[in-house]
Amino acid sequence: MPTLRLSVNGQEHSVEEVDPLTPLLWVLRDSLGLSGTKFGCGGGFCGACTVHLDGSPVRSCSILATSAVGRKITTIEGLAGDDGTLHPLQEAWIEHDVPQCGYCQAGQIMSAAALLESNPVPSDAEIDAAMTGLCRCGTYNRIRQAINSAVQNMGNTSARKEGGA
Amino acid sequence: MNDQYLHDVIRDAEAAFEASPETRTQTLGRRSFLKLTGLAGGGLALAFYLEGGTQSLAAQASGEFAPNGFIHISPDGSILIYSKNPEIGQGIKTAFPMIIAEELDADWEDVRVEQAPIDQAVYGRQAAGGSRSIPSGWDQMRQAGAVARAMLVAAAAQEWGVPVSECRTEKSTVIHSGSGRRLGYGELANRAAALPVPDPKSLTLKKRADYKLLGTRVTGVDNYKLVTGQPLFGIDQVVPDMLYATYTKCPAPGGRVGQANLDEIRSLPGVKHAFVLQGNGQLAELRPGVAIVATSTWAAISAKGQLRVTWDESEAAKDSWSAAVKRARELAKQSGSEILGETGDTAKAFSSAAKTVEAFYSYPFLSHAPLEPQNCTAWYRDGVMDIWASTQTPQRGLTSIAKMLDIPEDRITIHQTRVGGGFGRRLMNDSMCEAATISKQIGAPVKLQWTREDDMAHDFYRVGGFHSFKGAVDDSGKLSAWEDHFVTFSSDGQKPVTGGNMSATEFPLPLIANFRLTQTLLPLLTPCGPWRAPRSNAVAFAGQCFFHELAVAAGRDHLEFLLEVMGKPRWLDPGSSRALNTGRAADVIRLAAEKAGWGKSLPEGRGLGLAFYFSHAGHFAEIAEVSVEDNKKLTVHKVTVAADVGPIVNLSGAENQCQGAVIDGFSTMLGLELSIENGRVQESNFDQYPLLQLAHAPEVEVHFIQSDFPPTGLGEPALPPAAPAICNAIFAASGHRVRELPLSREGFSV
Repeated sequence: MPTLRLSVNGQEHSVEEVDPLTPLLWVLRDSLGLSGTKFGCGGGFCGACTVHLDGSPVRSCSILATSAVGRKITTIEGLAGDDGTLHPLQEAWIEHDVPQCGYCQAGQIMSAAALLESNPVPSDAEIDAAMTGLCRCGTYNRIRQAINSAVQNMGNTSARKEGGA
Repeated sequence: MNDQYLHDVIRDAEAAFEASPETRTQTLGRRSFLKLTGLAGGGLALAFYLEGGTQSLAAQASGEFAPNGFIHISPDGSILIYSKNPEIGQGIKTAFPMIIAEELDADWEDVRVEQAPIDQAVYGRQAAGGSRSIPSGWDQMRQAGAVARAMLVAAAAQEWGVPVSECRTEKSTVIHSGSGRRLGYGELANRAAALPVPDPKSLTLKKRADYKLLGTRVTGVDNYKLVTGQPLFGIDQVVPDMLYATYTKCPAPGGRVGQANLDEIRSLPGVKHAFVLQGNGQLAELRPGVAIVATSTWAAISAKGQLRVTWDESEAAKDSWSAAVKRARELAKQSGSEILGETGDTAKAFSSAAKTVEAFYSYPFLSHAPLEPQNCTAWYRDGVMDIWASTQTPQRGLTSIAKMLDIPEDRITIHQTRVGGGFGRRLMNDSMCEAATISKQIGAPVKLQWTREDDMAHDFYRVGGFHSFKGAVDDSGKLSAWEDHFVTFSSDGQKPVTGGNMSATEFPLPLIANFRLTQTLLPLLTPCGPWRAPRSNAVAFAGQCFFHELAVAAGRDHLEFLLEVMGKPRWLDPGSSRALNTGRAADVIRLAAEKAGWGKSLPEGRGLGLAFYFSHAGHFAEIAEVSVEDNKKLTVHKVTVAADVGPIVNLSGAENQCQGAVIDGFSTMLGLELSIENGRVQESNFDQYPLLQLAHAPEVEVHFIQSDFPPTGLGEPALPPAAPAICNAIFAASGHRVRELPLSREGFSV
């Protein structure tokens, strides 16, 4: 079986003897010990396993680890700054006390972080379209609040569009 | 398919419901605190407290003050509080320590929280279920804090040579009122540890008006770890050199393994073991199946995909939902064979009725579908078993494993992890029993992982059900009669399955002068279990929609009609503070109406719907504002919740529970159903069991009436009124009466 070279959270990793059909999710969790990325459905439906591939959100249960070779992978463990400074979304998640069971929240935050990276001032409709991950506990009101709060804290208040879309 | 384990879980839960507050308090006397004290600090601390006066060497060396199993105060002033019950998303890991910190007068900034070890001798019952943690732990947590505070005050008074009565506490500090001298709790820890433990009953607990921490918004104690992806859950646990397993069972419950291609499986990459387990005859413990053990989760899942099993289904379930629906519709034409309760004279009331309404309601089977699929890590070696599990009932799991694998209970340790969603699913420890059995068989640490498909195929489902109603209003527009023929399921032909039971105490029956509740049991082998707000989650939909139908038939405003039925303020069971109080009910109904703008004028196609429900000792009124377009496209704009559960512990957590419960309620009623044919659940993943997404979640506004009644739990009671409130709003907006869930069955979409 091949050895994979993966770039995860700014570090190069060499993973030996990987079945070429292994989803990225299980390489992250089992081989690299990055268990912040969660297994929820294995079919790309729930979004608990969302990570960034070159800055774009992907559902890591549904892409092969081999397809991530040569690309920049960011997981929830790598979202904060190197000095431990939390991403504004992480701060907002704590401030708004978003989690209940908390299992989906890493995936929710990674989805939101990718959204704000490409669209720093999303409208409600754009948040709706980007945030398709499932929360079984129903924390959606607070997820929306936390995203809006992070947008403001990132200094994008003035640019905030009026009304909805 | 009588399942003793499940029966015991339910009986345990019901017994605790029935325990009066007085009974619960009596178990928390001085002796139990002494007992807690010693064991909490380990054997040496036990000796110290029970023998009185002589501080143990261990405690002296560390300078730690551990007055009971819940609190450790270090000389540096840090306060470690242990939260004893599993955290499943209900917020107990933050709420319990808040209650302790309030009575301790600890500065919340000094407090660090850890999950308590699972130890019945120290902590008593440790479980999450039935919205019971807060009501059953309220006195115990307050007393734990008060005992420690009293000892710290006594230590300071001794240090200063002043009477205890001249000392007060605030922010982890004892202050001498006369001189203004101050000593921090850390500075007092060593001296306090040498003092006798006071009788908790001798201590005065705070009044609600004096609370500084309780009732405020506190962010969850694990939130930092959650947002940074740290390993908190069962699925995240790692043991050195562990292997990874899957376990495959017959898709029809009760099926046994016939033939399996084990040799082929053993030859696959990464596979170390493949073997058949026969099960122990208990559906909620170990069912027959095929274990595959491999070097990674993916290798185990991948090999599972190659597994070919011929099942022996001679004793397996053959249940069919479509056949049950057909049979229930036939039965609807007649009264039930068994009378569960009746009062007054319904026949007479119907004969003199001004209006009579008949309606047939139904709701489907549901899966719990917690987002963390079932999993468990077990490590058996040298006669000792360690278990890491996302469970709601760790102590029951321990007992099961001890019995099933013949291991003494004191050689088993359950490491309680954070739980990625419970909803009642993890009251059962089947994945724990499987992992433990596999580890013992191979003599190695193993993490068992269920796939989502396993999780949906092997649940203890929310049972579907049917209600054939007949109701009447009299000449004056008052509700005068109510008949409900409840068609439910039974696995033994004697009693309904768990969650499929009703009684004459169910709201609103005790408030109706002439009612008759009958029941018919249909056979079922599919295992059923408690699903968030068992029974109420379904009965509230049917009953409170039909209640609205009667208000409409009477030409009455729903709010006024509902308040009239409540009548004058009174307890329905004067002996229990966990009973429905019609005054508290009327207050939340009025508050919801005021906050939601009941009676306001709305554009065409938009309406308000109301429902009240009482479950788990919580009084909840909810009003939904809904738009329905011509193509049955639905928007739930907002749901306003008014609740009385006594004093609020953590306002943030409490609101979150209500918001989540309402969204769970809407998610479920909108599109979730399981079709069961030939004993098999047909749906297997979230594409066929579509939970609500953020885009369609209503805004949920929550208002609490903070009364001084004993606090009751919040994990469940906000859910039952959501479905009827939304259905009643759909009627107000469109004139369409929903009598069958999910809404997608009647053509609604979002």
